[in-house]
Amino acid sequence: MGEIVLSEVKKSFGGVSIIQGIDLTIDDGEFAVFVGPSGCGKSTLLRLIAGLEDTSSGTISIDGHDATHLPPARRGLAMVFQSYALYPHMSVRKNIAFPLRMAGVPKDEQERKVEAAAKVLNLTPYLDRRPGQLSGGQRQRVAIGRAIVREPSAFLFDEPLSNLDAALRVSMRQEISELHRSLKTTMIYVTHDQVEAMTMANKIVVLNAGRIEQVGSPLELYKSPANLFVAGFIGSPKMNFIAGAEAAKHGVHTIGVRPEHIAIAADGPWKGVVGLAEHLGSDTFLKVQVDGIGPLTVRAGGEVGLNYGDTVGLAPQAGKLHRFDEGGRAVAG
Amino acid sequence: MATQASQTASRLMLSPAVLLLFLWMIVPLGMTIYFSFLRFNLLMPGTEAFTGFENYVYFFTDPAFWPALANTLTLVLGVLVITVIGGVALAVLLDQPMWGQGIVRVLVIAPFFVMPSVSALVWKNMLMNPVNGLFAAFARGLGLEPFDFFADAPLASIIVIVAWQWLPFATLILLTAMQSLDREQMEAAEMDGAGPFWRFLHLTVPHLTRATTVVVLIQTIFLLSVFAEILVTTNGGPGTASTTLTFLVYMQSMLQFDVGLGSAGGIVAVILANIVAIFLMRMIGRNLEA
Repeated sequence: MGEIVLSEVKKSFGGVSIIQGIDLTIDDGEFAVFVGPSGCGKSTLLRLIAGLEDTSSGTISIDGHDATHLPPARRGLAMVFQSYALYPHMSVRKNIAFPLRMAGVPKDEQERKVEAAAKVLNLTPYLDRRPGQLSGGQRQRVAIGRAIVREPSAFLFDEPLSNLDAALRVSMRQEISELHRSLKTTMIYVTHDQVEAMTMANKIVVLNAGRIEQVGSPLELYKSPANLFVAGFIGSPKMNFIAGAEAAKHGVHTIGVRPEHIAIAADGPWKGVVGLAEHLGSDTFLKVQVDGIGPLTVRAGGEVGLNYGDTVGLAPQAGKLHRFDEGGRAVAG
Repeated sequence: MATQASQTASRLMLSPAVLLLFLWMIVPLGMTIYFSFLRFNLLMPGTEAFTGFENYVYFFTDPAFWPALANTLTLVLGVLVITVIGGVALAVLLDQPMWGQGIVRVLVIAPFFVMPSVSALVWKNMLMNPVNGLFAAFARGLGLEPFDFFADAPLASIIVIVAWQWLPFATLILLTAMQSLDREQMEAAEMDGAGPFWRFLHLTVPHLTRATTVVVLIQTIFLLSVFAEILVTTNGGPGTASTTLTFLVYMQSMLQFDVGLGSAGGIVAVILANIVAIFLMRMIGRNLEA
């Protein structure tokens, strides 16, 4: 159980509209990721679902019940905060047991659930430490443990990995995905990192300026972005946008082509000079200045021996072009 | 401060200030210790002589000594209890968003800027006076007999006055501490199902322990030497009911012109302050460690 339905949800702070009417259904057991640039309202939306902020209008229902005006504790949701928000003066054991203690769960059952959660999260050796004595990743796991023991109908994650270093972020990302697979509970995850969104989500909700730009599975968003914003946001490095004469050849205002969909071919239609070559080993990212089109990012193989100043021919892969009209909306075909 | 040269330089630069502070402390202390072993009465000049521990014996056997010791500790403890509990309560209230917050905060802090003798006079003549005081007027308005604060509850009255003066300090320190409480922790507790009372008990109170320690330590130092409030209001009386150690030293050295006895009392007060300090550091000092 954990279906969350938002309808016409709006939120403004002192006249400034942050969330401008959101309709969204998150199905039971789904891993939904809210992604968008900073200030797009994704965290606010999560806080509205959590009940930490009141909606200005619209309704939120959880498990089919209207929860718009329920206090956070009674919504049956658990949240993991960006700063972990552990209670610094309590041991890990007490931190994890805190929601159970507040719910009046008997002592021995508390103990049993804490032990079980600690086992899942590999925290057993640290149960009697204070949060201050733990590393960032361990604190994150404690925060997750505190959420798990409540057996919520959905988990809310507010940029939980942004305080971790890159290597740890990758492993925690996998741990959270595995957790979702084993618990099969609805999870809503907020991030500004599209890589996290792509790797973890069943459903990505791309937000921009308080509006939903597109909802879909990671590959749907990658393959058929609904507009320029989604096209530019999903995928790394960013999609190349070409306007002007070259786009007019395809009968639209702007065309987009991803760096990985441009091949290096001596007889390609576009000729340009390499401005920057980033050799990552597995890949090489080239910034190519193409005559009459502008700079294009191209992803080539790791063994490509191109460097600054070399002249290359580029060929976009047929069928991988994205076409957009003046308003930035995708044009089919 | 990494190289040998910079370390030497920093020590050289610091030494004049350290030396001055050291002299500032050690000269009066040394002289007080020296005087405490002398028969030294200002009314009998030229009769100074070494008397060993005689001054101390007189001081300890003074009938006012034990009451003064008890009064000192009662005063310190009473004021600490009132200011810490009241300070936490006021800090919680002032931390709530409200209209005119800035002005209210300034008003709350205002008593701290009033000189002790002035505030004691105001309390004595305008509030607690059994004839002209505001409290007496209230009592008469209710048909009750006015309470003569300084005659019937002298020490309690002084505790109230001193607590009133120190409440702003405690409130200020505790309020700043409260403002540094992580908002996400509060929200996490809210989601965990903790109501306002439990959030206060499990998050706010532990968060405030360090600030409370600071309040207790600093106030204790100043409360041990409370003087003006007693001089202005009760003059240590009736009898010895509101005589503290500080006031006893004053009575003996200034009113009886006995410098030797007063010095001995001063040294006793210094030793008492150190005992209290050691106690406090043992009890709550570890709260200050990070």
